[in-house]
Amino acid sequence: MSGIPHDHYEPKTRSAKWLHRRLPIVGLMYDTLTIPTPKNLNWMWIWGIVLTFCLGLQIVTGIVLAMHYTPHVDHAFASVEHIMRNVNGGTMLRYLHQNGASLFFFAVYMHIARGLYYGSYKAPREVTWIIGMIIFVLMMATAFMGYVLPWGQMSFWGATVITGFFGVIPGIGPEIQTWLLGGPAVGNPTLNRFFSLHYLLPFVIAALVAVHIWAFHTTGNNNPTGVEVRRGSKEEAERDTLPFWPYFVIKDLFALAVILAIFFAVVGFMPNYLGHPDNFIPANPLVTPANIVPEWYFLPFYAVLKAFTADVWLVIALNWLTFGIVDASLFGVLAMFASIVVLALVPWLDTSAVRSGRYRPMFKWCFALLVVTFIILGWVGSMSPDALGGWVPALSLLFTTYWFAYFLVILPLLGVIEKPLPQPATIEEDFSARHAPKAQTGFTTQPAE
Amino acid sequence: MLRTTALMAATVLALAVGGTPAAAKVGTVEDIEFAHEGPFGRFDQFQLQRGLQIYTEACAACHGLKFVAFRSLADEGGPMLPEEQVRAYAARFLVTDPETGESRDGLPTDHFPASMLENAPDLSLQAKARAGFSGPYQLGLNQLFRGMGGPEYIYSVLTGYTGEEKEEFGTVFYANTAFSGGWIAMAPPLWDGQVTYADGTPATVSQMSEDVASFLMWTAEPKLMDRRNAGFVAVIFLSILATLLYLTNKQLWAGVKPRKST
Repeated sequence: MSGIPHDHYEPKTRSAKWLHRRLPIVGLMYDTLTIPTPKNLNWMWIWGIVLTFCLGLQIVTGIVLAMHYTPHVDHAFASVEHIMRNVNGGTMLRYLHQNGASLFFFAVYMHIARGLYYGSYKAPREVTWIIGMIIFVLMMATAFMGYVLPWGQMSFWGATVITGFFGVIPGIGPEIQTWLLGGPAVGNPTLNRFFSLHYLLPFVIAALVAVHIWAFHTTGNNNPTGVEVRRGSKEEAERDTLPFWPYFVIKDLFALAVILAIFFAVVGFMPNYLGHPDNFIPANPLVTPANIVPEWYFLPFYAVLKAFTADVWLVIALNWLTFGIVDASLFGVLAMFASIVVLALVPWLDTSAVRSGRYRPMFKWCFALLVVTFIILGWVGSMSPDALGGWVPALSLLFTTYWFAYFLVILPLLGVIEKPLPQPATIEEDFSARHAPKAQTGFTTQPAE
Repeated sequence: MLRTTALMAATVLALAVGGTPAAAKVGTVEDIEFAHEGPFGRFDQFQLQRGLQIYTEACAACHGLKFVAFRSLADEGGPMLPEEQVRAYAARFLVTDPETGESRDGLPTDHFPASMLENAPDLSLQAKARAGFSGPYQLGLNQLFRGMGGPEYIYSVLTGYTGEEKEEFGTVFYANTAFSGGWIAMAPPLWDGQVTYADGTPATVSQMSEDVASFLMWTAEPKLMDRRNAGFVAVIFLSILATLLYLTNKQLWAGVKPRKST
């Protein structure tokens, strides 16, 4: 697939030509900034900029924090307190970094939801989607290791629980866990390697972000109609698109400014609202917290992990079939990883020829329920099993079932049984219908047939 | 100051749990309107000074404040003691010099001593490390709308003694309505008229508890005022920026949006 036809950079001065022949870096920047972008993009297309900003924020604040942090079990907690009390601007740096992770995950979930609803994962954008999923998994690894660094109670016990996932692998599990931890239990070697990786992975993510952008700049952006930009000629393409600069840069920056105003309000006035009080207690291997919970952004997946208790018939059946190798804890861990894997496989699970959810009447409701499922899983994931009158495991199981059903049953099936609504022929047609001048209101804002 | 409505976390949870025997009993935490609460709240300098007095005369015998430096008592947004008072306060403590290893009088650059008693937790961060953050139903609404948190918990523990005692394996436990499980190893630390406030404030248990809870919130978050100021500046700046960008964006797209539909 060739790119959308558009003007390319032409060096004008002698020095510009000199450089362009040797290193076409100005041309690369020009083409990246002026890329034709579907002009009907809505406000769900702003999260990419927010995510890029988050990555930058986390790297910049993180590098400064690392100048004052000590990765040693005896000093880590005190060094974080040193940052909070003595380092100039340390309180804000630390809270920006801590809440920056929350903004990062909020934005990535919005970004993923956008992709799921408008079918951005469908051909020819599968590679963009897969790279995005790799970034998402690396983000989770980075955030988890970052949470361990303050060496509070939740840091320590969270690390114990999460690395324990690898310990339940039959046979070699305990060896893998020991190898990951650098010892028989979470300790100084664990803290050191987590610090090292927490510093490294963001740069891997940054490189993958560049590839992610490269991939979708090759295929072109998806858009709310799911209809491709016309590529017959430059003139045709220009009727469907606008250059990224200035139209979308300014729009995205406006959205970013609004989101950052809210973000700074959280950082300034309630920076610990999303955190856990136990992490202000120094790590103590001898005292287990009453309810070990991860940060909020992991809770939906944590609920999947806890949904498969030993009394679920599927667990019992699999346990019997595998002669006891797959028990409830292994099943839960497998289910948790699978809940992310199904997300990555969605380009091949969705059989519908229609890209955008806007023209899929049944899909819309299934997707809305998926969003509700994600939120409820996050909520029950934070609770101990005996809360809510003992309904937590049942709710977890119910909504976990829907999570898997959506990807493994509903998406493949809908493509066959659903009758999609008519789509507009071009982006221009949809855009004109939506932004018709008020004087001409004779037709509705619905897309034309 | 004290709201009559007490949060009956225990009742709510008991109803929700429906009598599951294994569930830990969660205590009752009362909502106090501290001076530092809300976006415009500021620490009451004199309350922090009274709280320091309570800490020194009642808590410090067992508990420590090892992350807090004496010099910070003079900081803006804290108790703001005059420098000579900070020097005099620090000199009351005998510290081991980390460089020479010799004992000497405390200097403002030294930290408060750590806990004297093995099972008495350090109080530096206690106000951020305690319950009151997550209810009801893990939705965090009490914290969000009523500003309930660690200081409320500390106040409730200090005023929650019922007077009952029991002895188990040689340790005396005291009944406490706020402490999770209902029995606490700490003996009631405060009684009416225990200290004499220099500013003439009546030293009731309730007043002293509130003062020391506020002081411990300051030790946990000494940069609270700075942080809020930074938050205000950032939000105002970003709101102006967002408005300008909104207008720019509107102007920019005005040429594209309605007229293109020919």
